[in-house]
Amino acid sequence: MAEFLSFREGEAAQEPAVTVEAFTGQSNATAVRIEPGEDARELLPCLDRLALVEVNFPGFGDGRGYSAARILREAGYQGELRAVGDVLVDQIVAMRRCGFDSFRPDKPLDDAAVERALTRYADVYQKSVDGRSPVWAKRHPEKTDG
Amino acid sequence: MKILTGNDLVTGDVVWWAGDGWSRLVGDAVDVGERGDELARAEEAALRVVAPYVIDATVTDEGVRPAHIKDRIRALGPTVRPDLTLKPNDADAGNWVI
Amino acid sequence: MYRYDNYDQSIVEARVDEFRDQVQRRLTGALTEDQFKPLRLMNGLYLQLHAYMLRVAIPYGTLSGRQMRKLGEIARKYDKGYGHFTTRTNIQYNWIKLADAPDILAELAGVEMHAIQTSGNCIRNISSDQYAGVSADEVADPRPWAELLRQWSSFHPEFTYLPRKFKICVIAAEEDRAAMRLHDIGLKLVERDGAIGAEVYAGGGMGRTPMVSPQIRDFVPEDEIVSYLEACLRVYNRHGRRDNKYKARIKILVHELGVEEYKRQVEEEFAHMRTLGLNPPTEELDRIRAHFAGPDYETGLSDAIDRSDPAFALWVDRQVVAHRAPGYAIVNISLKPRGGIPGDASAEQIELVAALAEQYSLDELRVTHAQNLVLPHVRKADLYAVWQKLDEAGLAEANLDLITDIIACPGLDYCSLANARSIPLAQKLSERFAAQDRQAELGELKVKISGCINACGHHHAGHIGVLGVDRKGVENFQLSLGGSGAEDASVGQITGPGFSEDGVVDAIEKVTDLYLAERQEGERFLDTYRRIGMKPFKEAIYG
Repeated sequence: MAEFLSFREGEAAQEPAVTVEAFTGQSNATAVRIEPGEDARELLPCLDRLALVEVNFPGFGDGRGYSAARILREAGYQGELRAVGDVLVDQIVAMRRCGFDSFRPDKPLDDAAVERALTRYADVYQKSVDGRSPVWAKRHPEKTDG
Repeated sequence: MKILTGNDLVTGDVVWWAGDGWSRLVGDAVDVGERGDELARAEEAALRVVAPYVIDATVTDEGVRPAHIKDRIRALGPTVRPDLTLKPNDADAGNWVI
Repeated sequence: MYRYDNYDQSIVEARVDEFRDQVQRRLTGALTEDQFKPLRLMNGLYLQLHAYMLRVAIPYGTLSGRQMRKLGEIARKYDKGYGHFTTRTNIQYNWIKLADAPDILAELAGVEMHAIQTSGNCIRNISSDQYAGVSADEVADPRPWAELLRQWSSFHPEFTYLPRKFKICVIAAEEDRAAMRLHDIGLKLVERDGAIGAEVYAGGGMGRTPMVSPQIRDFVPEDEIVSYLEACLRVYNRHGRRDNKYKARIKILVHELGVEEYKRQVEEEFAHMRTLGLNPPTEELDRIRAHFAGPDYETGLSDAIDRSDPAFALWVDRQVVAHRAPGYAIVNISLKPRGGIPGDASAEQIELVAALAEQYSLDELRVTHAQNLVLPHVRKADLYAVWQKLDEAGLAEANLDLITDIIACPGLDYCSLANARSIPLAQKLSERFAAQDRQAELGELKVKISGCINACGHHHAGHIGVLGVDRKGVENFQLSLGGSGAEDASVGQITGPGFSEDGVVDAIEKVTDLYLAERQEGERFLDTYRRIGMKPFKEAIYG
């Protein structure tokens, strides 16, 4: 069972994450934690000094964190993007597609179940921030670079 | 009286707590007193029932009668398809739910 | 019709495998009901009053004969021999066993069908016009767009845990047969400078707070529709309320922010989204469009119809409408027989319609939001044969858009959310107004019944609407007048205190009597109501 999952090269960021308010009010923190009601766009001016963004999912049914993640990746954020909280194996695929590359779930995840989930769908319909080529791009390779 | 109801986890059938197990017949339902919530948790954990809940009921000449129309319809079946209720040969069975 | 390629097929098969795994985890206790519930809902599996209920998607209401036959087979094999067509043009089975659900999905996948996102707080089945591709008044067939959006919305990574469910409708005709402006987002295809694009409406819906959607954009080009909708959804996902499920739909957001502010935020987000390469190339819409290219209609067919059988002639006048191809007609099949259950069809009826579609309608049929079926391409010369077969199966009722063509949700006979039974009321109304000449005299009159405030029976959009409520444990029915789901969309107004089941039937009779007394030449019920207002109707009802 995995208490922490990472899909990044190298060490996971260790610095404790501060709140968005604390982060935007000071300049030396390199890790921040976004709560569901908070706007990830506030972080965009300072992406270059961030090593870790944690996105909290107090309940898996609140999907605002998916937008937060994608917004950060769309803006070019390259650091660690970690989903924390009520993170279940059934949400991992969508989270990976929105740019999350590490996970600290409240309850440990079964490694085999995670592996099955991540390999189950060979194809996806949408372009997102995970670099996967959507089926429309595969259908028209000459028309898309992607 | 208080009775405990829910649906069978696997089949989805409406079931009633009958004291030593679950029955599809509301007439078998027994008074669970104050033990309903505890029983519900244990039975749900044992994967024998889904979405159990305790309801009020009375005992009438016709047997156990849930207090709310919703549970009477659950006890009988869809009133618009008498053939699919638990009393397919009773043309007036639908009146019982009202 | 659209046919899956290997990509589409592999995705629905992966879904079957995933759901099988989820069901297995539930049955062994690895998933609690709280964890499983949103997963099963996202695959259309509910726990209803009597059993599990499975809602199967019928994307934009279009089916082949083979798919329809499979729906009949599932009814027979896994259910109790029938299914229920819904106001979302889907089909529901009422008696499903949890352990069977993965096998049913596997059977559906075998005919290019699924139950993906037929419930849950995600983008639901895309709905469209039942006459798409065959009506003379459309600028383009809206179904290629609907299919493009079906694919885009399937397992969308960002929009699977929205504040609430999200319904999108695409139409392309002036006449709105799909209640487009009562959807979370409505698209109406229009032509501008020779190019097809979409007018976009946002924030419509029924439920507790019915609203007709305002327009938020007058044109989105076809090659940017995906990025525009991503912008609409992202703003909704960000700001839609999550503190109160009754205020979580986009209609509340648009209302609370104001249309202008919602539009401003969408435009801001769209400016960003359009830089991300999210839109499929035009070749993809062209590829999908090729699937919907008109079938090869025969030419030189006669438009003559032998009307010598009066029962047939009556049915033709009521159920058959003009097709754009000479010699062809669109046949509406009523699922509202006298005293019957609106939208229900037996396995035998489903299989018969499948066979008729194959033999007489170029292997295609449609489901309507009014819970009826359509054979879209029938040669006029075949109408009599089709009618005879429908008649034998109890499917030749001639009541399209008449007072007995009632929309009704399953209500408290089946649904765990309901407060009152809808179907018995529909049956009583159907009996009360059964006389053909009386129905014809009343003309177009849309009666819609919901068993609770969620409004699956579209009561807000009924010319006459009925809402079932629970009054101290007793079923009670509120009457409303003046709603419409068509291009003149409006929300009905409640007449006053509610009624018993018999009481509301009597009240509706008084309403129709007053209409007959007051109407002017050419007025439908709705027109008369709009002209004279609620007051005289109230007096007639409560006088």
